[in-house]
Amino acid sequence: MKRVIMSGDEAIARGAWEAGVTVAAAYPGTPSTEILENISLYKNEIYCQWANNEKVAAEIAIGASIGGSRALCAFKHVGMNVAADPIFTVGYTGVNGGLVFVSADDPGCHSSQNEQDNRLYAPHAKLLCLEPSDSQECKDFTVAAFELSERFDIPVLIRMTTRVCHSKTLVELGEREGAAVKKYESRPSKYAMLPAFARLRHVAVEQSLLDAEEYAYSSPLNRIEMGDRSVGIITSGICYQHAREAFGDSASYLKLSITHPVSGKLVKEFCAQVDKVYIIEEGEPYLENAVRALGIDCLGKEVITKQGELDAQIVRRAFGIGDEPEIYEVGIQAPARPPVLCAGCPHRGFYLAMKKYRDRIVPLGDIGCYSLGVNPPFNGFDTCICMGSGFSMTIGMAKALEMQGDKRKVFGILGDSTFFHSGITSLIDAIHAKANVCLCLLDNSITAMTGHQQNAGTGVDLMGNEAPQIDAVKLVLAAGLDEANLRVVDPIDLKAIGAAIADAIEANGTFVIVTKRPCALLKEVIRANAGAHCVVDPDKCVGCKSCMKVACPSLAFENKKAYIADVANCNACGLCQQMCKFNAITKVGGK
Amino acid sequence: MTTSILLTGVGGQGTILTTKILSEGLVSLGYDVKMSEIHGMSQRGGTVNTQLKFGDKVYAPNIGRGEADIIVAFEKVEALRALPYLRKGGKIVMDEREIYSMPVLIGQQEYPHEADKVLKETVKDVVIVPASKIAEELGSVRSQNICLLGALIAALNLEGVDWEKLVASSVPPKTIDVNVAAFKAGYKAVKPN
Repeated sequence: MKRVIMSGDEAIARGAWEAGVTVAAAYPGTPSTEILENISLYKNEIYCQWANNEKVAAEIAIGASIGGSRALCAFKHVGMNVAADPIFTVGYTGVNGGLVFVSADDPGCHSSQNEQDNRLYAPHAKLLCLEPSDSQECKDFTVAAFELSERFDIPVLIRMTTRVCHSKTLVELGEREGAAVKKYESRPSKYAMLPAFARLRHVAVEQSLLDAEEYAYSSPLNRIEMGDRSVGIITSGICYQHAREAFGDSASYLKLSITHPVSGKLVKEFCAQVDKVYIIEEGEPYLENAVRALGIDCLGKEVITKQGELDAQIVRRAFGIGDEPEIYEVGIQAPARPPVLCAGCPHRGFYLAMKKYRDRIVPLGDIGCYSLGVNPPFNGFDTCICMGSGFSMTIGMAKALEMQGDKRKVFGILGDSTFFHSGITSLIDAIHAKANVCLCLLDNSITAMTGHQQNAGTGVDLMGNEAPQIDAVKLVLAAGLDEANLRVVDPIDLKAIGAAIADAIEANGTFVIVTKRPCALLKEVIRANAGAHCVVDPDKCVGCKSCMKVACPSLAFENKKAYIADVANCNACGLCQQMCKFNAITKVGGK
Repeated sequence: MTTSILLTGVGGQGTILTTKILSEGLVSLGYDVKMSEIHGMSQRGGTVNTQLKFGDKVYAPNIGRGEADIIVAFEKVEALRALPYLRKGGKIVMDEREIYSMPVLIGQQEYPHEADKVLKETVKDVVIVPASKIAEELGSVRSQNICLLGALIAALNLEGVDWEKLVASSVPPKTIDVNVAAFKAGYKAVKPN
């Protein structure tokens, strides 16, 4: 059998293919994005699409499942919040074709706004939950998830974490079982959740969960590894690896792969064979609460943090085993290296122009590359909560400021993909509420932060086909915005952006600024700018540092002169040139 | 026994591709291999770490403080930043290239140019390979990563794999020649004969 090294995300995609999945949908979000990107490699056998948001993606999968296809929907942990509404009800209806949701959680907030533990969704929404600990299990559990979903008539949640999604480990590949499609039959009493039917389905799903718990007792997915019996460790997911690394054979393990429903019988049997019980898990005391509910005393969150990712050393330290490793220490410190807006990034122009007006506005941000504008020197916004909130929060913030006599104008900032995700509904509400705010749509023609996924505005779909291009400006006007309160500008044109912001501050009623310029890292943009870069004439440069306000990673300052330190990444956007009053900067090269 | 390697650099330097080639070579040698990378925000000019462990059986994919046998640094202060991960007696393979981060560029923080000297004084086993200079002379600074890969393979004594062939099949077709030359030069920088 062929063994290849693949990431957890790739292995989920492979598992979906092997399981005969025919429909898959997602909205991009680190660390889940690569699941659908890899499913798109099987586009001849699996219909796949980027939906505008996670709720839509979940509903596409639910429609496919009830229609008889095996279907998968993937999201990052916070994406599951967006998708929660349909998921809580499909927990009642159950499935026709197997239905699997994949949640990629992010303990440690590597690229997220919180560290929520989505295992908690499983009992709440009445889903089966599987937790893989490496790529082999990602693939195998995906195949198993579809079988279990159909056997117990329950959607399955595969809960991953960043370290499982983005670690590459060896996988033995299997073959595709062939497209698994069941016949669709109209069954309103199962799938139309009006109160009378929903009450009956609630009875059915509780029975299914009891059946699944009985299955979990003898399932080969759960595993007991007996070593020294003085300590028994109950663990799941990546924490199994950390526990093995820390304790080796000096402990026994109950590795739970089915973490909802937890088999109480299995836990009791294991705990009876060991002297004391440790629970090793990241995030919330999810397994610990399940074990304590059985009346078993154990040690878990009392010693292990709820915050961040675990590793073997944190586990060792928590349970007082082994010595602290010696490390090298030196007297100097590495300067910080926060992620920044790229050289030539169109968002930079917007934030640079806004700086001049910063004391007259209260800007609210959102999720995307433009989130990086929060850092100095731009200090580009005050809040960042979730997708779409950048627009909707302006309505409430404007009211709150008005009541305290604060005259500053509230600005909302989000990007094209976020606009299609949930900014549209916020925009409609702002216009409908006659909110006296400015909504800024920074359109860079791609979902950039997650690595360039297509969206409704780009004209291409996930499978590489041409697709209708949704025009955001037309949508804004269709929502009823007064055309006099709309500006469509190039964000690299500082004068134009500045004028638009000044108009927005003076305007009454909802104002919209759309900036249009594609991401500097798009292949066609790189090609168009090939060879072009700026140069600083050292004779004309007086060392005033005006250009350094641009905060471009290609531009540096040494010996009282500015210079282009990273010519390869400079694409001659010319923002620094616009800042120079001494004509010391010129654009050279290129077409 | 497992060997733990931490590769560190700045977004865009190619640490992830380097680790991928390394892990494929190790798989072909029959090792259990786990590679861990964290990307996302870090693509935008931030620090990028990839971690690779290999041996008969590997459990946790990530490397804790004081656990790395080797640190491969693509940039000078990134070697300094990763130092707490090196085990006592471990080795550093590094380029002395300097890439200034935004706090340095806007004058908020100083760049410690002497970091390589400090590391040499503290950690005895430091191999400095001017990989970006070598790569630039060969035609493209972008093959710095493959030059460092060559140095690492030499430092690890990892024979039994046709690394040059693996490099050639992993890089864009137009860049095969420069990358294979960079690999050879990096290897030679550590093992002259």
